[in-house]
Amino acid sequence: MELLDGNLELKEIQNLQGHTDRVWSIAWNPATAAADVPAVFASCSGDKTVRIWEASPSTRSWDCKAVLEETHTRTVRSCAWSPSGKLLATASFDATTAIWENVGGDFECVSTLEGHENEVKSVSWNASGSLLATCGRDRTVWIWEVMPGNEFECIEVLQGHTQDVKMVQWHPTMDILFSCSYDNTVKVWWSEDAEGDWSCVQTLGESSNGHSSTIWSLAFNAKGDKLVTSSDDLTLKIWEADIVRMQSGDGYAPWNHLCTLSGYHDRTIFSVHWSREGIIASGAADDAIRLFVESKDGLMNGPSYQLLLKKEKAHDMDVNSVQWFPGEKRLLASGSDDGAIKIWELETLPG
Amino acid sequence: MVSGLINANPVVYEKKERQVRSIATIPDEYAVEPIDQQEIFDHIRDIKDPEHPYSLEELKVITEDAIEVDNERSYVRVTFTPTVEHCSMATVIGLCLRVKLMRSLPSRYKMDIRVAPGTHATEAAVNKQLNDKERVAAALENPNLLDMVDECLAPSYG
Repeated sequence: MELLDGNLELKEIQNLQGHTDRVWSIAWNPATAAADVPAVFASCSGDKTVRIWEASPSTRSWDCKAVLEETHTRTVRSCAWSPSGKLLATASFDATTAIWENVGGDFECVSTLEGHENEVKSVSWNASGSLLATCGRDRTVWIWEVMPGNEFECIEVLQGHTQDVKMVQWHPTMDILFSCSYDNTVKVWWSEDAEGDWSCVQTLGESSNGHSSTIWSLAFNAKGDKLVTSSDDLTLKIWEADIVRMQSGDGYAPWNHLCTLSGYHDRTIFSVHWSREGIIASGAADDAIRLFVESKDGLMNGPSYQLLLKKEKAHDMDVNSVQWFPGEKRLLASGSDDGAIKIWELETLPG
Repeated sequence: MVSGLINANPVVYEKKERQVRSIATIPDEYAVEPIDQQEIFDHIRDIKDPEHPYSLEELKVITEDAIEVDNERSYVRVTFTPTVEHCSMATVIGLCLRVKLMRSLPSRYKMDIRVAPGTHATEAAVNKQLNDKERVAAALENPNLLDMVDECLAPSYG
């Protein structure tokens, strides 16, 4: 990648204030990735609110367009837009997941998903927007089917994790669900036929070169054949699967450990995200953001990844979420315990 | 006597003499004074034990020596010693220590709270829970637990 040859800088272009407690999670609206529409993202916080931020076309800066409050009664831990960008799902410690619809610029809570015993920690839509997954402290992963009229029906409660489940994430192209947990494992859930039952088809644990402590987040590359996980064990791990074989209907393709990135972060890595052009961003409790890319040199011994850039003191406190903008521009949003959201641009410096 | 307490008869130790810092020794009141072991100890020594009317200092759950401070890195580690190996109050004590330091130290400080090696039956599990900030955040949104923590912390604000 030509990125490695350039002189790069992660430039802070905006520092957004508004949340009165830690920012837990950020989600870009995928429907606003095109250059001719203002980019929108949502953020959620320990202050029990969700904020919607929209770029002003003229000034290229983001303003808070809406504050979604008085629905969740506790921390809002995670938020996710449906693929069409019309619905926003928010998961809260109050044991519910709320579904919000943008009605003429106003966000209305159109559905509340109840069922988890206590804290809901993460929510994710599948690629087509027909399924939603949630997980939480009750150690379960729930799959909900999206029905007409903003109805959501629970079709599966998946049990297998032995501790609270930190995050759920659907594969970017196929209906395969991934969950990561305080029990130090990633579990892969799949249903062989469309009508069949969902089951755990693989567990990525310490014995399969997995993590030795809590796994906080996971993300896929654009193609969907690679997965990156971030952990309290201070490492990032990259996993690979023969997704082409699986797409051709040849059964489940297992994920194998490809490499481990260690020695970069000093404290828990809370968030990891893969850009569409292949840059991995990680945010950690050491207040720093790091970027990694696949290195060409390593090809003889299989692919390896190298540090592209390190931004020390990206925030005043822990970085909880890093999310690449899904469009053309190399924009990264980060959220922190310091209550701030920052927008960064990865720039190539002249010379 | 039948007692529901985890440790009905804890050993109570004498409190360490308090060092009073002389104002006169501080040359410039606006200078940033490094945070030291003693200052951290002063923040937490008077926290009340969750099940006894004694302070963590009196029960030797914490001592000044069990506090490590690295000012340059803005890092603090507190190692506490539960009074009995199976103390189910260990997580509450750890939570009290974390909350008190969160409220007392500048926000740039990173902290680890742990039980002393070999002093608790489920040491690794207790340490993992105490250092998972999501679990700590969820615990502090539980009104009953927060009341319990605030009650233990009350004497430490004296």
